[in-house]
Order: sequence, then structure tokens, then C-alpha cells
Amino acid sequence: MEGSPDLPPTDSAEDRAEQAAGKAAGSGSGGVRLEGVTKQFGDFTAVEEMDLDIADGEFFTMLGPSGCGKTTTLRMIAGFEQPTTGKVLIDGSDVAGLPAFKRPTNTVFQSYALFPHMTLEENVGFGLKRKKVPKDEIKKRVAGELERVGLSREAKRKPNQLSGGQQQRVALARALVNLPKVLLLDEPLGALDLKLRKGLQVQLKQIQRDVGITFVYVTHDQEEALTMSDRIAVMNEGRIEQCDDPESVYERPSTTFVAGFIGVSNLLPAVASSSSEIKLDTGPAIATPEASRFGTGERCFAVVRPEKLEIDLEGRGDTSKPGVDGVVETSLYLGTATQMAVRVAEGVSMTVLCPNVSDEERQSLPGAGARVRISWLPEHMHLVAESAGNKATADETPTDNVTQGVN
Amino acid sequence: MTTLRQRMTPYWLLAPGLIWLFIFFVVPMYYMGELSLKTGTLTTGYEMTWAFSNYADAITDYSTQFLRAFYFAGVATILCLLIGYPLAYAIAFKSGRWKNLMLFGVVAPFFTTYLIRTISWKTILSDSSPVVSVLEFLQLAPDGRVLATNAAVIAGLTYNFLPFMVLPLFASLERLDRRLLEAGQDLYASARQTFLRVTLPLTMPGIIAGILLTFIPAAGDYVNATFLGGPDQAMIGNVIQSKYLVVNDYSEAAALSFTLMAIILVGLLFYIKFAGTEALMGDEEEAK
Repeated sequence: MEGSPDLPPTDSAEDRAEQAAGKAAGSGSGGVRLEGVTKQFGDFTAVEEMDLDIADGEFFTMLGPSGCGKTTTLRMIAGFEQPTTGKVLIDGSDVAGLPAFKRPTNTVFQSYALFPHMTLEENVGFGLKRKKVPKDEIKKRVAGELERVGLSREAKRKPNQLSGGQQQRVALARALVNLPKVLLLDEPLGALDLKLRKGLQVQLKQIQRDVGITFVYVTHDQEEALTMSDRIAVMNEGRIEQCDDPESVYERPSTTFVAGFIGVSNLLPAVASSSSEIKLDTGPAIATPEASRFGTGERCFAVVRPEKLEIDLEGRGDTSKPGVDGVVETSLYLGTATQMAVRVAEGVSMTVLCPNVSDEERQSLPGAGARVRISWLPEHMHLVAESAGNKATADETPTDNVTQGVN
Repeated sequence: MTTLRQRMTPYWLLAPGLIWLFIFFVVPMYYMGELSLKTGTLTTGYEMTWAFSNYADAITDYSTQFLRAFYFAGVATILCLLIGYPLAYAIAFKSGRWKNLMLFGVVAPFFTTYLIRTISWKTILSDSSPVVSVLEFLQLAPDGRVLATNAAVIAGLTYNFLPFMVLPLFASLERLDRRLLEAGQDLYASARQTFLRVTLPLTMPGIIAGILLTFIPAAGDYVNATFLGGPDQAMIGNVIQSKYLVVNDYSEAAALSFTLMAIILVGLLFYIKFAGTEALMGDEEEAK
């Protein structure tokens, strides 16, 4: 962990983590706390100096690309991996050295990991049986849990006789029936198709509200994270880039990585020209109080979400708003919106999303090749520092996410 | 639409194996079956007399050797399982980059002939060998002899058939989804409980295959009893071998062979019924 070239997360992320820490400490039960946790596999550092505080009853999501350390973190909470350094606390007590089977956690595995030689009933009752719960009670609770996930009629079946979605629900029932203090979910919807996933997202959130158990959810799907979570930790290269509620993570990303990973962002390189103004590399100086977070002359990025942009033919529109000029390169019809790529300078392109409100409005949009002015309200612009480590920019985010983000 | 040619493909693929089995299994079986019901000697020739008495004699005269064969083979199979399971487990789960080398170690004895391997054990266990001296010192061989004891033959069988136990066990352990073991632990099962509730039932096909592959050839074996045993260790294989090659009583030898086969077959059927074809076939889906 020493001698890493990476910079620590930005101030704002740390501040928010500390606020959250206060919240968790107050509630005092069922929470998870990580203190300076580092996990190394040989030379590779999967998780680096992580501090995390998850409150009791919270739906907490760890979001990030594959290899960012989110699953390793989850496995350390479950007890499948031991941290190289640092402490893991569950429900206020240090669980160091406590094997997985003695921890008050249960896991919903990515591939469900249902026991193929047991019926659904036996699968769901497995944990209770190990805990020596009386037989009648096991029977009652298993039946209740299968009822909850809508699989009562399939109780005597074996897992391989079920569809993927059903297997996923069994995995959830098998974990929830034990009423763990913390439920750990490792990309539980990853293997399902989009429509099923959407339905189950809603169900999962509903179940979490009903049972009030702390959920720690791992996913690489930003939309899933935004939909379900109370709080999201966006992770990159073994570190938390930002830990905040979904709205803040989306509206006020704290680093270029977060801005690029959550939804599509327009990142405009800029420099802080004073404590109250920035100068875009590709456009005018814009007054913003956020500039005070950066030293004069320091480089930063201005972030504006595509749906917050307005596009007008050059010479028209409200020139009092900040904006830049450019040329429309492509215009894509997405159904719910029209997405345009506008080149504002050599190598700098911006994405604009215009909601499909009416035919008339859509037809009046500038076509490819048109010279346009893109503008936005000052409050929709946000300044971020460049992320340490690798950069997920808007270019790397698949265009599919745009459609999903708008839906 | 499938053409005739497409429909015939599986039969073409089956043909070489079927023809082979017919020529080298069905035909000799038929001749042996016929021979077992004849009377006569090698010099006078054999005549079909429907001599079912050959079978009655086989069972009454050699019941001791039959029982001994099943006893030795049974003990050797249990020992193979007790030694083989931990070994296969270690290779499948803990060997890391040594896996291939360790697997090679398991099959390496096959590079030497079965006979040579068994004869070399005769030398190792001979009365004057240091191994026996050590065993004697440890009070494990009080009269200073290891050869010509039940223990020597069982040890030989165990040694010679161990790879047949380890390989199917390794295959089924290797295939076991490691996440199921994590799921077991996650659901409050200790390592021991996870083994008993998850690992063991899911590797049952390998255990059953290993038991069959070890027990069946061990029960018919005569090499180990010949070299490592004395007259009191004679197994049914030794009787059959001497009937064929020493006494030249072909009819009786054939009757003994068929009796051995029938007993094993009946035992196997009971075993499958008890263990379930499910486990034998490695099919986890229950028949409706």
C-alpha cells in the first residue's frame, strides 16, 4: 500500500464518507465498517486502504468496472478472504479470523451456487438446519420464504429444473431465510436478461424495505445502482472514488472517473482562472463558485450531463447562458430522445440529448453538419478533478447506457 | 429434413466398436459358456452333456476361494477409497501448479508392467528385507514374515488398484463447483459439515465409479495372491488360472469364470439399486 503512485480520493469523497461514518456509529447494529482495509494477491493490490461505513438497514451498492475490487471487498465482509491489513467490523465487532460460517452474513452468489443435489426446500433450509433451528420452525420459515419469492409450487424441484430468474429467487430466499444482519449480493442479476432484471430490481428493493436488513450490493451496472441504492460507492482500482447517495453521484460527480462511469458525461477541460471563474480550453470564461475548490491556474474539468444541454443553430438562442460553439457530427434517433454528437474543438466532442417531446420539436433539431451553439444553465455545470489511476471517460461508456439512462 | 446419410451417421460411428465387441467379447463368451456345460479332457476332447454339475462343483468345491476373493477385494477397495479420496482431494484442490506432476505420479506405476511391479513387492517384503525387519521391530510382523499373509495380498491389491480409485475421484472433485463449497460455508456449515453435505454427495458418482473399477478387477485378480500370498491366500482367480493352465480342466475353469461373473453382476445390480443409477450415471436430475 505504501509507495503507490495513486493519489488519495478527493476531499469531498472523504468528507462524505466521514459523515456517513457518524450516521452508522449512531445506529449501532447491523452495520458494516471497514477500517484501512487492504487486500493484496501477490503483487496485485485488489483493494487499497479502504474505509467504509455502511449503516444498519441501508441498501449500499459498490459500483465499478470489473477488477475494481468491489467483489473482493464483498468477499472480505463475507469471510471468504482475509484482509492483508485493516479491520472489518460487522455489527460493531471485529470479525478478523472469524470464518465465513460463523459470520452473521449471508451471500447471494453471482451464479447462485444452489446445491444441485437438493430440492429447493432443502436448499433454502440448509442454513437453518446447520443452525439447529427446530424442524417445525424450519419448515414454516422455508415455506414462508418460498412464498415470498413466489416459488411455493416448485418446492420439491431441483435447481436445474428452474429458469435463471427462478434460480436467482431461490438464492435470495436461501440467504434471506436466515435473517442475516447483513445480506451480501454479488451481481445477483448479472446473468439475467434486461426485462427480467428490471422486474427483479424493483422486487429486491421492495424486499429490502420489508425485511430491513442491510444489503451490500455489488454491480457494474450504473443504472441498477442508481435505481436501488440508498448510497453508492463508486470504485476504481481498489479505491472508492466517491461514496454518496445516487442523486449526488449522478448530479455532482467528484472525479472524472465517476462522471464518466455513471451515465454519459461531457468533460470539458478547463483551468481555474480565479477563485470564482474558470476558463474552458475550448470556450469562454465561466463564473462559478466551485472554482474556489481549485487553486488559481489548476487544471480541472467542467462536467455537464447531456440531457442538461440546449442546442441551437449558431446565432440563435440565449447567449446570456454559458456555452460553446461546434458542429453536429452525428444525430441518432433513440426513441425516447435524439442523441447528437457535437464537435466543439479538435478532439473534444460533446453529447447532447434532446428528449422526444413532440414531432415538431424533433424535426426542428439541427442535422449533421450544422453549426450550432450548445448552452447550459450555470447550476448544471459541475467541476471535477481528474481521477487518479485509469480514466473512464464518456467514450468508454457503451452507448447503450445512454438509452437506459434516459429511460 | 435429415437425409438417410445423416440418420445413418451414428450407426457408422458405432460400428467399429460393436464389431470389435462382437468378435472379441460375445463370440468367446459364447464358446466359454458352451464349454462350461461340456465334459471331457484336453486329450479326449469335449462333448456337450449339459453338465450343470460343473457349476455345482465350482461353488461347493471352491466356496472358500470365492469368499476369500471377495474379502480381499473388499478390504482392498475400502483401503483404496480411504487412501485415494484424500489424495484425489489434495490433487484437485490444494496442489496448485504441482497438479499435473502429482497426477503423473498417480499413473506413473503404469509405465512398469503389472507383473514386474508385483514381483518387486515380493522382493521388498521378502523375509530378509529391511522393510520386514522394521515391521518386526515395530511388532507389526511378530514372526518375521510378511509374505504369504492376507495382509501382503491385500496390500498388493491396494497398491496395484489405487490409481483406478484416484482417477475417477479426481475427475469428480475437479468438476465440483468451488462456489458450492463457499455457499455451504456461507450458510453456517463448518468445513466438516460442508464436506459431508456438499462435497461427498456431489462426488458420489466418482466414488461409485472408483469402487467398481477397483473391486471388480481385484476380485478376479490372481497375480497378487500368486506372488505375495501362499496356499492359504489363494483367491478364485488362482483357481481359475490353475484349472486352465495347469490342470487343463477347461470345462470347470469356464464354469468357475461364469460363476464369478454372475456373482459380481448380481452384486453390481444390488449395488446400483442401493446407490441409485442417478449416482452411477452422474445425473443429478431425479427420474420422474
